Formats: sequence, C-alpha cells, structure tokens
Amino acid sequence: MMAKPKVAFFDFTCCEGCQIEFTNYGDAAFLELLKHVDVVEFREAMSEKTKDPIDIAFIEGSFSREADRPRLEDIRKRAKIVIAYGQCATTGGVNALKNHTKDYKQFVYQKDAAMPHLDSQKAVGVDQAIKVDYYAWGCPVNKYEVLQIVSHLLHGKEPVIPNYPVCVECKRRETICRYDVGDYCLGQTARAGCGAPCPADGIPCEACRGFVDQPNQDALVKVLSKRAGMPWGWAEGKSRMFTANQRGDAA
Amino acid sequence: MSKTISIAVHHLTRVEGHGNIVVDVKSGKIEKCEWQVPEAPRFFEAMVRGRHYTEVARITSRICGICSVGHTLASLKATEAALGITISEQTVKLRELLKHAENFDSHVLHVYFLAAPDLLGAPSVFPLVATHGPVVARALRLKRLGHECGSLIGGRTTHPTKAVPGGFSSLPTVKELEELKAKMLASVPDLEETLKTVKALAGAIPAFDRPTEYIGLHAKNCYALYDGDIQSVLPNGDKKLYPVADYRKVTNEYMTAASTAKFTKNRMESYAAGALARFNNNFEQLLPEAKQAAASLGLKGICTNPYMNTVAQVVEIVQSFHESLAIVDEFINKGIRDEPLAKPTKFGKGAGATEVPRGILFHEYEYDKDGMCLGGNCIIPTNQNHANIQKDFEALVPQLLKDDADEKKMELRLEMLVRAYDPCISCSTHFLDVKFIR
Repeated sequence: MMAKPKVAFFDFTCCEGCQIEFTNYGDAAFLELLKHVDVVEFREAMSEKTKDPIDIAFIEGSFSREADRPRLEDIRKRAKIVIAYGQCATTGGVNALKNHTKDYKQFVYQKDAAMPHLDSQKAVGVDQAIKVDYYAWGCPVNKYEVLQIVSHLLHGKEPVIPNYPVCVECKRRETICRYDVGDYCLGQTARAGCGAPCPADGIPCEACRGFVDQPNQDALVKVLSKRAGMPWGWAEGKSRMFTANQRGDAA
Repeated sequence: MSKTISIAVHHLTRVEGHGNIVVDVKSGKIEKCEWQVPEAPRFFEAMVRGRHYTEVARITSRICGICSVGHTLASLKATEAALGITISEQTVKLRELLKHAENFDSHVLHVYFLAAPDLLGAPSVFPLVATHGPVVARALRLKRLGHECGSLIGGRTTHPTKAVPGGFSSLPTVKELEELKAKMLASVPDLEETLKTVKALAGAIPAFDRPTEYIGLHAKNCYALYDGDIQSVLPNGDKKLYPVADYRKVTNEYMTAASTAKFTKNRMESYAAGALARFNNNFEQLLPEAKQAAASLGLKGICTNPYMNTVAQVVEIVQSFHESLAIVDEFINKGIRDEPLAKPTKFGKGAGATEVPRGILFHEYEYDKDGMCLGGNCIIPTNQNHANIQKDFEALVPQLLKDDADEKKMELRLEMLVRAYDPCISCSTHFLDVKFIR
C-alpha cells in the first residue's frame, strides 16, 4: 500500500466544478480521506504551493492554448501518477463544442477578437499534451468514483472504470427507456459509471462521461433520427455537446 | 516617500479561476496597479448556436462549477422568455428553493474555505483541520447540507439535471422533503456557531471605504434572489429600477487589454454586484433572523466597505436557510403536484436574470422557428465586479502607501480584497495573480 501520498489539484480551461465536488463529501468522508492523503497544492482552495515531486496529480480542464503546454509538462515531470479529472481534461468536454466552428472569437469578442490574450485553439483533453495515467470521466466527475480510484491506487490496485454503455445501468435500476416515452437518449453509446441518474429523473443521457471505446456512431445518428424522430441535422450534430472530440470527424 | 514596491501575484489562490495582481511603485510613485484576468476564454455564447432549446441550459450551466444552478436558472428564464413558456407557481417555488440551496452552499464554501483562512492567519483550510478541527467539520457539514438540498431539487448541484425549460423533469416527494427538513433543523446549532465564529473574527476585516454603485435584483415582496427587476442604488441611497429586458443599458460591457473578461459600468465609473450589493439594495426586506444576524455582525446598509461582502454572505446564509425552511414547510403542508412541462408558445428572443452567489447574472438567447438557438449573450457577476475591483485597487494602494504598509501587508490586503468579492473567474472567463516587485 502507498504511504501517505502527496496529492495536488491543477486547473486549466474549465469551470472548476469537479474540484468543487471534492468539497461535497461531508465531514466524515472528507476528514477520513485527509488521513490517507496529503493535499499539497489546490489553488482554488489553498495558498500553499509546491515545487516538490507529487504522487498523484489531478488535472482539471482542457488543453486549449499552446501557452499552457509548459505548465502541463512541468506537472507531468513532477507527478508519479497523472489523473485527467473530469470531462474537460479527459476529452475536451463541453469546451470542444466550438472546435468545428471558425468564427467563435469574432462572435463573442467582435472588434476586440484580435487581442493577443484572447488566443484560443481547439479544446482537447490534456493527454494531447502529456501522458495521462488514469481518466476520471464525467461533467462533473462522480465523486464516489473518484474516492474509489484513490482508494484503489492507495492499495496498489488498478482502478476499474466502466467501458460499457449507460443502458446497462438503466436496466440494472429498471428505469423505463427514454425512447419508450417518446424521448431521445445517448445512453446506448455513453460511458457508464454515473449510475444513470438522468433517465431515472426523466431526462435523456447526454453522454457527459463521453463515449465508450469504439462507439457505433452511425447507428447512434440513425436511432436518434429514426426512433426518436429527431431532424437529421440535429441528430447528426447531437454528439458535439460533450463528445465532440470523440466523433469520427474530430480533427 | 521613496518607497519601491513590486507585487506580482500570478494566479491568485483561493478564488475560482485565474487572476493576477500587479502593483509597481517606484520611489513612492504608483506606476502600475492592475487587476488582470488571464483565464483561458471559452466562447460559450458561440457554442450555443445551433443547439436545441432543451440543450442550451445544459451547456451554459457549464460556464461555472460553483454557480451552475444559477446559470441553469438564468438560462431557463431567458429561454422561457424567448419561447413564451409560462411556468407554474410550484415550479417557481421549487426554483426558489434550489436558488437558496446554491446561495447557502456557495457562501459556506467562500466564508469558511476561501475567506476565513486569511482572518485566522492560515494559508488554507487544510492546516486548520489540526488547529480548528471542529470548525472545519462544521463547515463540511453545512456545505454538505446545501449540496443535499440542492441535489434533492435539482438532481445535483454541479450542473443540475432536473431543472428544464417549462418546469422540473422529476419532483421531490413529501417524504424526501420531510427528511430534508429534519436535517435542516439538526443544523441550527451549526448555523448559530457560524455566527459566533464570524463575530469573533470580524475584527480582522480591514477598514476601507470606497462608495460605489450597487446593482442587484429587486422584488416587491421579498429579498430578491430568483427573480425581480434590476435595481441600482447609489451611496446616497438614490435608487433606480430597470426591466430585465433592458439589461444591456445597465451593463454597458467593454474590453480592456489586461483581461480576457469583459468589464461593465452604469451610473458611476464602476459598480458592484454580489451579496453586499444585494444587501445594500434590499436590506429592509431581510427576514427578522437575517436582520438580527446583520445587526450582531455590525453590517448596516448602505455599507461601502467591499471587505464586508463576506459578512453580507453570512447574513444571506441565515436568510437562505430560513427562506428554504419556509418553502420546505409549505410543500410538506400542501403536498407536491405532478405537473407536465409548460410548452413553448412562440419562437423569438428573450432575456432572463437571476441572482447567483456572486451577484446578478444575465442570459439572453434568440431561437428560430424550429427551436434552435441563433446565439446568446451571458453577462456574469464577476465581469460586472472586475472594474470595481480595479477602482478599489486604485483607491486602496495609495491609502496603504500612506499608512506605510510593507509589500507583504499590501499584497495580503489586495488578495483579501479580491477574495472578498468571491470572484468566479472561470465564469467571467477566469482569475488573476498578484505580483509585488521591490
């Protein structure tokens, strides 16, 4: 078992909501966790910083500007284990929704769009800049899955991350299929591990944990359009929301 | 004065997002004094184009992880205004409860985890686990309470799922609300202890006054949070109301070279949004419990000390707790009705506003006849505060120089000032660092 590991949190292009999830465990679980890990850097919550080696680095946010590459490389150099923490870091997440467009800067900043500090490139996962060891999927992460990943690493085990679709979890909890109530859903290609709360709450799965490996994207578009009656253009572009970089046409 | 000071705080800590503080004083003369926002821009307004109206709030919720409830609600209100969707009274009440849960949750996070370490002379909450264990445990319990209340109504608090255009996709049961009420009542001692802790620390809050304009929502019958008209109050008490549809006349956005976030101004050279701005606009409408908390903490309207925003948040913690309890009670007594979602009656353009923990938030969208979004505009509270923070810097630095503050003290005071605004820089795009150079 790993001795009390030094853990650090870093953030790039994101909303920092996955870091916030870390504060939602309540007193018992959070204080227990602190007995097993030593949090050495976490800019959103602490002023302490370190230049020392780190055992586990959690990186939140997408890689969206070349200027961020040296910081990512420095973290990689210092960290034994790098975990892409949350969907922005694993695949680019919602930030990648702009990737297929060219005029986003002009649209938001108009005449000021050429200012150099507004530079932005395609938003991608941090593994496009550095090697990533483990992926904590989700927008936001499933905070209990994160505890499980940490616990596995502490015990020297490989974390088990589902690579089957959300449909499996809906069946397991006996949720009525969204298609059977006249709705659409992305659950058939979405990566499970969340426990499928959305269909159970009456809304479609939007694949906020990304796709499973090798999703059948053509079939997804066909099901959205034929079975849910979604106009073709919408069905075809549907998977840009949280999985733009996992589409077959992602550059 | 021959003082030379150089402060360069890069990526300020204990704030959401990335910000820098740069102060350069040569031979007693201030050469540079800047609040900079280098957050990576994210282009949400462009990203919603071509998305269906049922998807838009799910996307714009992702603007901010701390106030994603508020972004969801402002987005839903704007979409509903654009599509002529009229929501039920029950939906309004549930959204109010969700809004109070977020306000409570976020203020607990800021007061205990982000602001309190400065007042206790600690770099973060982590060393406080050893020195102030019961206080940290209390903070985590209260944070969890806000999270549980918000999750019951919204599905989850980071990017809520159940709040959708026209209502809620799934409703809490009376039994679940009864369980929530029991948890809330069990938290009353924690709430009372919070007031005692803050009162004991209040002496460490710096004295600094800079009268400015305060903008927040105003409602006729309550202390506005979920809904209302836009109201501005000047330091002399002069108030002015604007309909939400005219929000651009209030915000007047502009860009500066130091920042990836846009700045705003209205009747004065800058204005403030947030708990203190809401308090200054609406303090007479607070519940008796919250009024009493304000009195015991020495907060009086109109307060022009920006550091007191943290105290105003504590007053709002009390306000949101008691408002939530009243709404929960009402549902326990009246029951919850199953309701279908209200449907669109037109397709056009609409704006919505709500108060998020950090201040007034505006969303606006336009939809085509198929319900697909043509474009959006989001004006975030932290953007509205950036110019005010800059003006505070310009007033505070000379004052600190006059008081012969050293570099370290000046840096801490500037950092504390920025933290007092509880900025949410990812929202505004992200936050800044402070650098001192001697």
